[in-house]
Amino acid sequence: MTRRPTGLALTLLLVWLVAYPLAFVVLDSVRGATGWTLDHVITFVRTPEEWKALWGSLWISIASVLAAGAIGVPLGFVFERLDFPGRRLLGALVALPAVLPPLVGVIAFLFLYGESGFVARIARVLFRLEDSPWRLSGAGAILLVHAYSMYVYFYLFTRAGLARVDSSMLEAAQSLGSTPWATLRRVTLPLLKPQIIAASLLTFMTSLGSFSAPYMFGGGFRVMTTQIVSTKLNGDEGVAMVETVALAIVALIGLALFRWTHGERSVAAAGKGAPPARRLRQPLARGIAALLGWTLAIIVLLPHVTLILVSFVPIRTWTTQLFPPIYTVSNYGTLISEPERLRPLLNSMWMAAVSTVAAVFAALWAGRMIVRRRAALGAVIDTLLNVPWAVPGTVLAIALATTFSVNQPWFGRLVLVGTLVILPLAYFIRSLPMTGGAIVAGYRQLDPGLDDAAASLGAGRWATLWRVTIPLLRPAILASAALAFATGVGDFVTSILLYSYNAKPISIAVLEMVRQNDIGVAAAYGVILMIISAGAMAVGTGR
Amino acid sequence: MIDLSKRFDDRFAVRDLTLGVPCGSILAMLGPSGSGKTTTLRLLAGFETPDAGRVMVDDLEVTHLPPVQRHFGMVFQHYALFPHLNVGENVAFGLAGRGTPDERRRRVAEVLALVDLAGFEERKVGELSGGQQQRVAVARALAPEPTVLLLDEPLSNLDPSLRERTRRELRSVLVKTGVTTVFVTHEQEEAFALADRIAVLHEGRLEQIGTAQQLYDEPATLFVAMFVGRASTLPGVATAMGRVRLDAGTEWAVSSPEPLQTGGRVQVVVRPEALKFSPDGGLPGTVREYRYTGARAFFQVEVSGALVEVEAPIGAAEIGQSVRLSAAAARAFPDQP
Repeated sequence: MTRRPTGLALTLLLVWLVAYPLAFVVLDSVRGATGWTLDHVITFVRTPEEWKALWGSLWISIASVLAAGAIGVPLGFVFERLDFPGRRLLGALVALPAVLPPLVGVIAFLFLYGESGFVARIARVLFRLEDSPWRLSGAGAILLVHAYSMYVYFYLFTRAGLARVDSSMLEAAQSLGSTPWATLRRVTLPLLKPQIIAASLLTFMTSLGSFSAPYMFGGGFRVMTTQIVSTKLNGDEGVAMVETVALAIVALIGLALFRWTHGERSVAAAGKGAPPARRLRQPLARGIAALLGWTLAIIVLLPHVTLILVSFVPIRTWTTQLFPPIYTVSNYGTLISEPERLRPLLNSMWMAAVSTVAAVFAALWAGRMIVRRRAALGAVIDTLLNVPWAVPGTVLAIALATTFSVNQPWFGRLVLVGTLVILPLAYFIRSLPMTGGAIVAGYRQLDPGLDDAAASLGAGRWATLWRVTIPLLRPAILASAALAFATGVGDFVTSILLYSYNAKPISIAVLEMVRQNDIGVAAAYGVILMIISAGAMAVGTGR
Repeated sequence: MIDLSKRFDDRFAVRDLTLGVPCGSILAMLGPSGSGKTTTLRLLAGFETPDAGRVMVDDLEVTHLPPVQRHFGMVFQHYALFPHLNVGENVAFGLAGRGTPDERRRRVAEVLALVDLAGFEERKVGELSGGQQQRVAVARALAPEPTVLLLDEPLSNLDPSLRERTRRELRSVLVKTGVTTVFVTHEQEEAFALADRIAVLHEGRLEQIGTAQQLYDEPATLFVAMFVGRASTLPGVATAMGRVRLDAGTEWAVSSPEPLQTGGRVQVVVRPEALKFSPDGGLPGTVREYRYTGARAFFQVEVSGALVEVEAPIGAAEIGQSVRLSAAAARAFPDQP
């Protein structure tokens, strides 16, 4: 028997990168130039705008959960339980918003529903209006984007849950005299509760940390994430810290509440599996279901199509026409031929790649420590891996910006802000919950005997990792790495706070193009991001 | 009284099956997997619709009633207990909208006591053992006082050590409540111990219906003879009323479900306990294998290329020994053309 290790090295690394920066945020919120002070906190508490922003974050998140649930859950039922022509294809298309990085989704919405977008132009032609009939701005616009991009969680979770509900449960309810509606209410929905709660939690946390939509569409409506960034840019470091702490506290309370409601773990329904989708006999019902499915799929696809369309429009050629008059590939040509425009793309690619590889290896290390060697600090490692998920990206970025802008090597603080290291580091930390979650769970399912078997056949530790563990964990590694890479490439929320000119990421370039009204190039960037994300997802889920 | 006649055309999962179950009796549907017994049960329950035929309860036709309106209780193979409800809530599920909450509570306590689980109302389903879950499933099906109780492989999910006890308890519950019961099983022992009458199904057809003894002693078809209990077959030719000349040489007296055509080829089925080693002539063979089961021993005897099983006292013969066999009873079935 080998000695049971503590996992101290990995714990220290994670503490340094995850917990330590967050602690600095808390410290700096009660520290001033002269020492400890509550000035920042008092400023925060006395400013009504701060409370408005906090409340805005909270209610937008709750409303996003309700809106996304109201779309996603029924949609999951329709596609899992009814059979109609085109069900399989449409069922896959409906999940597409998942492959739009947040900022890309936002600009696609801008081109589609914005004041000079397609829908507004059509409305102007139809009703002969001088001006655009609406502005895509404020809480409603944010909610629209959130509902569009987050119903996918509910949709996918509902489908997965329904697929696991044992058909004999439903038959049992029927034979006990329960009508279809009563069965839905008394059996199916309670059995789906874990999935619905999980999707709600995911939506709540994502909305709370959402930055792209409030930043682009918020207008006068402030939420905490945009508030933090503007305070920070104004130079009010202390107040920004208090705001960051406040947002983190709301996130943690939300998380705790969901965990508490979750309560007992639901018993997974075992048995013969799901009933087959019900074939609709009446042609009318089939027609209605198909029509509904196709309409929804088209609505879901519109932003993607818009983005692709706009990416072919050269600058300053689309003014008052309903549809752009000229289509060329010149935007893509510009992207490739002008080094200045190509570089952000390459920057994002290498930074996301490096951070993904690092996050996979950290997760493998953690899995080995927690599961195989049952390290004394296993639980701590597990928690630290998941912390970056519980705190919004803005909070994390502020924490890193604070910690790594001072040179105090003895305190573990280095000047990394402004160097090439800071963004990959931020992406790496944000990837940890994804790779950690999947790979540690994968480790738990591995037969421990396999390691011993490999060892008895003369394989050393590295040979075992390379020839046994990694091949067995391949699905988990691929899926989580794909997700981490796509998130890194499309990242906006941490990039905007941490990027430097020598390593400008693609999202910042997109933002600049939109600001310069060079929407064709912005859309072309968006299409490339969309393709990278879709490709990564296909790789991750395909095998 | 249930009177069923049904055809399930598509793949012929069930063909022209007519079954009657007297009120208050227990019927087992016995058959190998794929024999259509589960399909028949699901047709009875209303989860499938027959392509032809009717399901009658007393004089009422229920063929086209949805399961909700049939008032049949069903116990599922994997019990299908609702994991989000506790034992009491599971049992009360079918009582929704009946009587006062107090009456419902009393009824739940009553059926739980019936299955020997009194006081288990607050328990979580996941905490129960397999046998207890099975009894909760029975209690839940019985709570709304169904006209007919249907059970799908009620004991197949239990450890072998638990089965015998559970089987006895289940039988006593069914007898006590007097509910008309139909259950499905692929295990002959289970059917024999639980049921009053047994219907043997094969490829969607009814082979025979009768008591355990009838099936064992007077099988109606070769399939029933071979499926129920242990048996060996020997080919031969019918020579006269009740006599068969075996291809191996000897002539035996046989019974048969219907008169045999003289000169027709038959299969003679003989049970191990009906055979004995006889010193004074009989079917010649050689002992090939020997299996000891405690009180008795089973010998595999090779008779002109085929193996025949003989039950005999320990040490009655040795491997390699030449023996002669005589049969106390044998049953002959005409060869299928």
